[in-house]
Amino acid sequence: MPLPTTPPPHTVAPNSVGRVMRLVLLALVPALLMHVLFFGVGIVAQLTLAIATALSSEYVALRLRDQEVRKFLTDGSALITAVLIAMCLPPLAPWWLVVSGTAFAILLAKHLYGGLGSNPFNPAMVGYAVLLVSFPVQLTRWLTPDVAALAPIDLSLTDSLYAIFVGELPTHLQWDAVTSPTPLGAVRSGLQAGFTLQETQAQPIFGTLGGRGWEWINVAVLAGGIWLLVLKIIRWQIPVAVLAGIALPAAVMNAVDPGSYPGAVFHLTSGASMLCAFFIATDPVSAATSDRGRLVYGFGIGLIAYIIRTWGGYPDGIAFAVLLMNLAVPLIDRYTVPRIYGRAR
Amino acid sequence: MTTWSQTRGGLKLETHKRRSTMRPLRAAPIPERFVIALDQHAGRSARPLVAPGDRVARGQPIAEPDGPISAWLHAPASGVVQSIEPHRTPLSPEPSLCIVLDNDGAERNYEHSPAPSNTADPQALKDFIGRGGIVGLGGALFPTEAKLARAPANNVHLIVNGAECEPWISCDDTLMRERAADVIAGAEILCRALQAEHCTIAVEDDMFEAADALRAAAKQSSNAPTIVTVPSMYPAGGERQLIATLTGKEVPSGGLPQDIGVVCQNVGTVAAVTHWVRDGEPLIRRIVTITGSGIQHPANLETYLGTPIDTLIEACGGYRAEPERLIMGGTMMGIAIADASLPVVKGTNCVVAATAADLQPPGPEMPCIRCGACSEVCPAFLLPQELHRFALAEEIESLDRFGLLDCIECGCCDYVCPSQIPLVERFRVAKPAVLQHAVTRAMAPHARASFEAREARLIRLEQERRAKLAAKRSAFIDKARK
Repeated sequence: MPLPTTPPPHTVAPNSVGRVMRLVLLALVPALLMHVLFFGVGIVAQLTLAIATALSSEYVALRLRDQEVRKFLTDGSALITAVLIAMCLPPLAPWWLVVSGTAFAILLAKHLYGGLGSNPFNPAMVGYAVLLVSFPVQLTRWLTPDVAALAPIDLSLTDSLYAIFVGELPTHLQWDAVTSPTPLGAVRSGLQAGFTLQETQAQPIFGTLGGRGWEWINVAVLAGGIWLLVLKIIRWQIPVAVLAGIALPAAVMNAVDPGSYPGAVFHLTSGASMLCAFFIATDPVSAATSDRGRLVYGFGIGLIAYIIRTWGGYPDGIAFAVLLMNLAVPLIDRYTVPRIYGRAR
Repeated sequence: MTTWSQTRGGLKLETHKRRSTMRPLRAAPIPERFVIALDQHAGRSARPLVAPGDRVARGQPIAEPDGPISAWLHAPASGVVQSIEPHRTPLSPEPSLCIVLDNDGAERNYEHSPAPSNTADPQALKDFIGRGGIVGLGGALFPTEAKLARAPANNVHLIVNGAECEPWISCDDTLMRERAADVIAGAEILCRALQAEHCTIAVEDDMFEAADALRAAAKQSSNAPTIVTVPSMYPAGGERQLIATLTGKEVPSGGLPQDIGVVCQNVGTVAAVTHWVRDGEPLIRRIVTITGSGIQHPANLETYLGTPIDTLIEACGGYRAEPERLIMGGTMMGIAIADASLPVVKGTNCVVAATAADLQPPGPEMPCIRCGACSEVCPAFLLPQELHRFALAEEIESLDRFGLLDCIECGCCDYVCPSQIPLVERFRVAKPAVLQHAVTRAMAPHARASFEAREARLIRLEQERRAKLAAKRSAFIDKARK
């Protein structure tokens, strides 16, 4: 009986897109646990809504495009988009916020461009940016972190779910009482009001490294990110470059005028810095191709994020920084083609 | 000891060599019928010198080279030529012309004229080597005489490639362990033919027995080559990668090792040179590894060319389990053959009877997610994801610019791809069009020069014609005046 004459190689590593995505999701678990610890169970509702929206949008898109539904629905990429959007939104954000943002990300930012592997922009960031520009108020209502020094008001599960699904707080609560500015937001408004950085950072919302709660979430993200590096799911060029792009200008400006510019450690542990470095900017499809290109790409993201945070109109500029650098990827790729063996250049 | 610093990429793979090197090398059974393919070398098929019914002796030339890139073929046994007809061989899916020889058991040997003496002209030695039907046994099957003819006249560095890097294959390892003296002798013969300045034999750093055997044999000689170990990465034994690792210089893209003064020969080719020059036996046998989880007793067998592969499998105890694939070569670059009735050719280094345990076929193909794992492992420093994108879009110009022709088809990119894309297969399919494009591009200055020369010639002819006409006319007018 003739044997099949399939082409070489006859052995490949047991790897798959699904495996890569599953490991990325696992790496986010410590950060999610920290998030729940400091900001309550709201995020669980957000995650549920986001995942449900992502999978159903993906299903609709795949059917419309006549693609293999089972193969693509189970690859895990939509799940990651959903989780990232949910993590970037305030825990008590109304349900229609996360649903519209996720649907926009999956349907327009991903499938309209051709689905898995074809999106020029990071879908999660597209979804988040649309929400940020359209609904700025809802997106900046972050809860006070659950830290003793801040004496936050205890929100029951029912209260949280009411806020999310009705879109309003229950009548016995006020937004002013349950929310606090984020550390980045506080720094920004403090400087605008004329306080020095030291005066602003004396407030109880600031902890050891950055803002209370936020610093530990960032550390947990860092831990997950390092695990991914060790497993070689992501390569070091983008994370290191993003962090350098944030840390270097921060350190320089802090040295120049410590009273007005926070230092590198604060910036690295505030907002979505770590999440961006290890999970958002590392989306391989929308990132640059070569190692050198990735260094440029990552550094650009970090630098633009720092510029937006310091002199721009938003407290955390990650989403726009990523999208702007996504635009620049074809240019970066054109000029960073690596040298081929046997060629001079 | 060299490092992987001059090159990068590659994979650390499980070698699976121990099971076939556990047993000593032995002779394969001699079959009753040999099928000798006429095209078992690079270049043009050899032309038969015999006809059906002819009686031949062992080692007698039975086909001669056709053109400058071709090779001699010799009878692996004494016998009678049964026919010259198409047969299936491992070299291509379509049957090709083969000389079928029936063994008469008489064991008559053919007397070849002796090799040139040690003091003879190196050119005479190079010519003699060609008449032994020696071709590159590392896989390329390039006629050795043609390679030697193109070598630089001086300052040659001869590299003997014993860095057997592909999983499962252990024929070179076995050759070096058990016939180290032949390897050293062959290296010295080639050094004489090339007037080489340096000679290095490379082995992988996990081939301890082979390295020891070579060093012991080298001690017996005064002019012996240097034995160097290279990291046991796949594909450290790829010619270009090996040269970069050993010399720090890279073979120019589109060029050959001779452009940087290097001649690289597989260790099996070198031993074949010894057998021909020293012992008078042309290339009629080689070591073949029979291995895989589907073989009862994997081993290395010294086999006469033209032996059916199933003779070798039987000699190893037959199948232990039904193989899923029969692979000629290793699991990274080997060719899957349909059945074991095919004959051994000069390029048959190994046959793997692979069961499911030895294989990991690719899963369902997904779109490329641009993760870059492929470019991390590419030993030619290419961007396989970009090449794949261009191959799908059939952008020939971009494929050429991004180095598709520099791809050595090692399979490292396929191996790591999470989307399970059959990259090597796509690249192989795209290469002919890109080669055509590269040739046209290289010919462009030549084409322009030809065109301009023709224009100039036509103008000159026209001017000559006019001058002749004018001269005739004035001669006529002069005559009329008189």
